[in-house]
Amino acid sequence: MVSETTIPEISFASVAKHFRNGSAVLQDISLNIERGEFVTILGPSGCGKSTLLRLVSGLSPASDGAITVNGMTPENARQLMGFIFQDATLLPWRNVEQNVGLGLELEHAARALRKERVLQMLELVELGHMARRFPRELSGGMKMRVSIARALVNRPRILLLDEPFAALDEMTRDRMNEELLRLHAEQKWTVLFVTHSVAEAVFLSTRIVILAPHPGRVAHDIPIDLPWPRTAETRESAVFEEAVIRTSRLLRGVQHA
Amino acid sequence: MTKRLWLMVNSVIVLVCLFGLWQVLVIWKHLPVYMLPGPGVVLAALVQKRASLLNSLWITTEEAAGGLVVSILVGIGVALVFAQWRWLRQLVYPYTILLQTVPIVAIAPLIINWVGPGITAVMVVTFIICLAPIIANTTQGLISVDRNLLDLFLMHKATSAQILFKLRLPHALPNIFTGIRISAGIAVIGAITGELFAGSMRVGEGGLGYAIMYANSQLETAYMFALVAAATVLGFSFFFLVMFFEWLALHNWHESKRQAASE
Repeated sequence: MVSETTIPEISFASVAKHFRNGSAVLQDISLNIERGEFVTILGPSGCGKSTLLRLVSGLSPASDGAITVNGMTPENARQLMGFIFQDATLLPWRNVEQNVGLGLELEHAARALRKERVLQMLELVELGHMARRFPRELSGGMKMRVSIARALVNRPRILLLDEPFAALDEMTRDRMNEELLRLHAEQKWTVLFVTHSVAEAVFLSTRIVILAPHPGRVAHDIPIDLPWPRTAETRESAVFEEAVIRTSRLLRGVQHA
Repeated sequence: MTKRLWLMVNSVIVLVCLFGLWQVLVIWKHLPVYMLPGPGVVLAALVQKRASLLNSLWITTEEAAGGLVVSILVGIGVALVFAQWRWLRQLVYPYTILLQTVPIVAIAPLIINWVGPGITAVMVVTFIICLAPIIANTTQGLISVDRNLLDLFLMHKATSAQILFKLRLPHALPNIFTGIRISAGIAVIGAITGELFAGSMRVGEGGLGYAIMYANSQLETAYMFALVAAATVLGFSFFFLVMFFEWLALHNWHESKRQAASE
């Protein structure tokens, strides 16, 4: 227990990433993310936000420096992490239940356990009645909820989300944000979230990291101390507005630098 | 439903009109039977020689189906190899296009040299012309998997067998069926072409292609028409059979089958 609290959940130490042609995507990234934090990465296009997530997930190796996840290499820590992509990326030939169970199936979990956990997750995202439907029968928001259930079914400690709600309309997006916070309060994952939307970032996060582009580097690292729980009313409050304005200014500064 | 019924009725009317026109042409121009027999005469020939026609039809069906099935198995196998090893694909794939451009009529005598005349030779001809569309379409489907989906599988430490059977193959299924549909359409043509060269080991007996050639040499033009009609029907049947399997496999998930499913 003692050691767990002293090791950061995710740690970057002078991490750099170059593409094969030598151009730098990320440079000298040093960050510590503690257990249970909800950290959003904000930044202009091309600042390497998505690349940062891929490095944490171990899908792509860092060119320089070290990343540790719960004290392990990203590759070894994969079973602790769930990844949610910009598109729902469901398998169209599988129904909702089979899509959610994919991760457990690939890891050869017993059928009974799989069934139980899948139904549990579908209840959690309020899609229990849709278990037998195919992805093409679902709305964009429902697909995204299936995608979230699929990531949660393996009980990750860490969630990596790469602009998950970018393709949704604003109302659905707001509702998904509220649902995500409800789940976060319940399951207490550490979250690394990438988005373009300042309002979304402020609403969700305990902390926002703003990256500057060319090459991507940490420009600002700001805590967001809006009161919990955050609900639809939070968006109408003065403190929220103020936090959004402050963050937008910092982001603009980075863009024009 | 009524719309569909109307369409069917109209199609039948068009067919009847065409037959009528054909009959009128024959009577009006006083065409001799060996030049252009009327529809009635053709029907009579069909009924009278039905035994030998069915025999020929069966032989051609066997040859076309055999060649097609082998080409599906080999084609998918080759595509799987191509999907697994990129360097091999880049090296060999262009040559599979040669399969499509090789003049099959020109190499048919060569095939007879190798395997002897008869059903096997015809199957080989069918196999060769059916193979390329299946390799091309299956390979395309196998390698065009979404990068995010691949990442998702990798996040769960999926083995390459799991990626192949749970991701690449199901993803390629619509493409595989496109390939099979194209090949099914040309399988009968391939078999008949093959038969023109290697169709029979005994005089007077063989598949549709051989029978057409034989009927022509005997000036049995009416029977020849009946044989051509049978060949056309056979080609259609292959095509629709594949369409049926395709619908069966894809109708509850694939977008292209959505309309059919919701009707």
